[in-house]
Amino acid sequence: MFENLDLTKLIFGRLTWDAIPFHDPIILGTFAVVALGGIALLAALTRYKLWGYLWNEWFTTIDHKKIGIMYIILGLVMLLRGFADAIMMRLHQAMAFGDSTGYLPPHHYDQIFTAHGVIMIFFVAMPLVTGIMNYLIPLQIGTRDVAFPFLNNFSFWMTTGGAALMMVSLFIGEFAKTGWLAYPPLSGILQSPGVGVDYYIWALQIAGVGTLLSGVNLLVTIVKMRAPGMSLMKMPVFTWTSLCTNILIVAAFPVLTAVLGMLTMDRYLDTAFFTNDLGGNAMMYVNLIWIWGHPEVYILILPVFGIFSEIVATYSRKPLFGYTSMVYATVVITVLSYLVWLHHFFTMGSGASVNSFFGITTMIISIPTGAKIFNWLFTMFRGRIKFDVPMLWTLGFMVTFVIGGMTGVLLAVPPVDFVLHNSLFLIAHFHNVIIGGVLFGLFAGITYWFPKATGYKLDEFWGKLSFWFWLIGFYFAFMPLYVLGLMGVTRRVSHFEDQSLQIWFQIAAFGAVLIAVGIAAFAIQLIVSFRRREALVDETGDPWDGRTLEWSTSSPPPPYNFAFTPRVHDLDAWWQMKQHGFQRPESGFIPIHMPKGTWAGIVLSGISVVIGFALIWHMWLVAGVSFVALIGTAIYHTFNYDRDYYIPAEEVERIEAERTRVLANV
Amino acid sequence: MQLFKYLRGASLTLLVTALLSGCDAVVMSPSGDVAVQQRDLLVWATVLMLLVIVPVIVLTLWFAWHYRESNTEANYKPDWTHSTVLELVIWSVPLMIIIALGAMTWVSTHKLDPYRPLDRIDAQTPVPVGLEPLTVEVVALDWKWLFIYPEQGIATVNELAAPVNHPIRFKITASTMMNSFFIPAMAGQIYAMAGMETKLHGVINEPGVYKGFSANYSGAGYSQMKFDFHGLSEEDFASWVAKVKASDGNLSRDKYLQLEEPSIDDPVSYYGQVDPTLYYGIFNRCVEPGQTCMEDMMYHGGMDKHAGHHGDAKAEHADHQDHAGHQSHGGHHE
Repeated sequence: MFENLDLTKLIFGRLTWDAIPFHDPIILGTFAVVALGGIALLAALTRYKLWGYLWNEWFTTIDHKKIGIMYIILGLVMLLRGFADAIMMRLHQAMAFGDSTGYLPPHHYDQIFTAHGVIMIFFVAMPLVTGIMNYLIPLQIGTRDVAFPFLNNFSFWMTTGGAALMMVSLFIGEFAKTGWLAYPPLSGILQSPGVGVDYYIWALQIAGVGTLLSGVNLLVTIVKMRAPGMSLMKMPVFTWTSLCTNILIVAAFPVLTAVLGMLTMDRYLDTAFFTNDLGGNAMMYVNLIWIWGHPEVYILILPVFGIFSEIVATYSRKPLFGYTSMVYATVVITVLSYLVWLHHFFTMGSGASVNSFFGITTMIISIPTGAKIFNWLFTMFRGRIKFDVPMLWTLGFMVTFVIGGMTGVLLAVPPVDFVLHNSLFLIAHFHNVIIGGVLFGLFAGITYWFPKATGYKLDEFWGKLSFWFWLIGFYFAFMPLYVLGLMGVTRRVSHFEDQSLQIWFQIAAFGAVLIAVGIAAFAIQLIVSFRRREALVDETGDPWDGRTLEWSTSSPPPPYNFAFTPRVHDLDAWWQMKQHGFQRPESGFIPIHMPKGTWAGIVLSGISVVIGFALIWHMWLVAGVSFVALIGTAIYHTFNYDRDYYIPAEEVERIEAERTRVLANV
Repeated sequence: MQLFKYLRGASLTLLVTALLSGCDAVVMSPSGDVAVQQRDLLVWATVLMLLVIVPVIVLTLWFAWHYRESNTEANYKPDWTHSTVLELVIWSVPLMIIIALGAMTWVSTHKLDPYRPLDRIDAQTPVPVGLEPLTVEVVALDWKWLFIYPEQGIATVNELAAPVNHPIRFKITASTMMNSFFIPAMAGQIYAMAGMETKLHGVINEPGVYKGFSANYSGAGYSQMKFDFHGLSEEDFASWVAKVKASDGNLSRDKYLQLEEPSIDDPVSYYGQVDPTLYYGIFNRCVEPGQTCMEDMMYHGGMDKHAGHHGDAKAEHADHQDHAGHQSHGGHHE
């Protein structure tokens, strides 16, 4: 192999000018907009001299609150990209009937539905969930930061690195045309020789490092760092559901890493794990990816169940009904989520007993989930309900989610699944639970905790507008898909013959437009609220009369969260403190030991992205050099002993005195 | 109360069913007995779940309205967090429904197992004694469907026909991609995978032309991977077979290797003759001369020659010559 060493090949691999999609006007237009927007952003940052601020205060920070906010920003930005894909699909399918081929060529359409799924799960839902957990867990358990603050920064940047690589695929080369789980043999080197699947693999592997480490971090934080007195059964429900989610992350994500690793070896090293020939078997891939994939569903929904539990109690002015059964329900779901993966492929020909087993375990999950719904219901019962925006999202969720739950149980009956599998009924089902569950919950949570993070509330009018457009848009967009599924229409089809289906796709496209208005209203809400921040200000730190410890701090909390570690005597610790006439300590402050920001996370992630890019394009020299650089940088960072500092007692006293003054004026 | 809810649920479902059959929802108004039973199961499972879903939705809206902040008439109990009776109810109601649904699932999954030969033609008619199912060997190619009729010695591309009220036994494999063989009017789908064989038993009860397609995304030509399934009377089927037999196409192994090349939106084509060992060669991945069949590779590992033999081998046709009776070692074990 050494006789034809070609330096250009070693450096550029298979990357040539052909990889830039000059021939595709849609992509080129997008690129122009993104490039102009990016240049404008960079110029603005330079003009207002924000680079230093961003670098010092945000990019290198290891404050869990700022990292949480950055995760949420990442998730919201990627939501725009994922939704752009969604609306392109909806428009295309509404047009591509009979003689009309729609406006997307099949190879572009296939990339779009793949990218939509990957982005929405890995780079929207995951960062938003992780961001809220990151922000809240230390505050809810009364601690100053997560267990491994540097690791937290590193995790965030690795997730962002994966997202960046994913975005690069839009303009350099292509993305996978395989569907979001990239089943072989389609994703194998013989059937997909291009760079698309490699972008998929390396984007997910790099982001996966971040997710796994963040899972370890939050798990240890909850287990080891709770305030004194907070026994497990006194933890807020959101912390409980986060604990279970992080257990799931730690146990499930290595499976994803391993299965993508094997696919990588099949593609790069001619191994035969999942090939058709040489004894490989694609079904192993399908099993393994769903052994990760099903727990992943619960990784997303469990924290959101926690969010709803906090919100429904706060706005009903009552403690959560059935806390204990809520906790047990969460734990049961956590365990069962590992026993259901085969329901994603009943149609692969397993025997009737195997199929029934997995069908029935799936149905059993609906029992604790049902119990949760009833618990929220009876929290509202004999309450005094305030219909603030987070509560609207919660009610929208309760009504919508049970429909998705019902169709989910239907799909869990194997003979029913045989006629509905891979159909638009399935698509409607999982959007029903992911939008009606996860996304509604994230919006509820963002609205609920926004004043905690920023010091001012979100504007009500635009929040309500966003909610109603999302809710109604959801029903318009996905109810037609249930119908189409019952008409025998399958997913991922880019062209239809039967004109009678078109009206349903047009209704769905109309729903997507309504959702677009909902997203726009949310964005406007952020801007309007920022401009009206004086009027919307929250000086109490407890704008909703909350129940858990995060509401005992100022909004936004000081860098150290709590001047003194709180002592917990009961569930709903802050509510109990308020009941007992809690007095804030105003003297006796001591210096607080804090971790210091570091450049290492963003730099290591940046190098990882270069390695990923080099491996995708077979730039072996670049990959080798940057791998050495990655290891070298990581080792160099271990010699950095300047990792902590003390906030002097006087500074703590000054901050706390300021808060005392503000509180006195409220 | 219970009965009332049941009736409400049932009428809702019937309404939905009626609406859907109005707009040609094939899953809700199929024409084959297996799909009919699957539809019935879908309806019953929905009714069962509506027993709890409808009250939850109604209660959510009612509680939200009744206990609104401005309604100071409503009872307010700010410290009420627990009720053993309610807890028992909220865990046991879903439990009971799931026990019922679980039992339905266990029974129906076994009864409607696609690998299980049919025992009835429709709800009233058992399969007559001595009526052998029609065997069709299905191969998902990139991106078209190959159907081999071993008993008739013919093959077709992108067109399938079968006599009505006659059980059909599909043996399904693929050349490369993972596809899913699906005729919604007849029966549920089953995956088609290279190097493996899956099975499906079905029957079509009404003459007509039905849609068949791949339900699992398989790459560039997936959207065009469709075929027509003709349900014909016995006489019409016989003349259809004769028509195919009269065509001069001969599906030899060489011809298959050409056919196997990826292509999109292929026209229907007929083969009056077909190499009787072809299907065996396809799913054992040894159509090309000189390749070792997967089954033989397995033997080198010392496996018993008949270890993977399937239950319905009595129907296995002798057309496979010296390979007769060996099947799907590389694939499933029922």
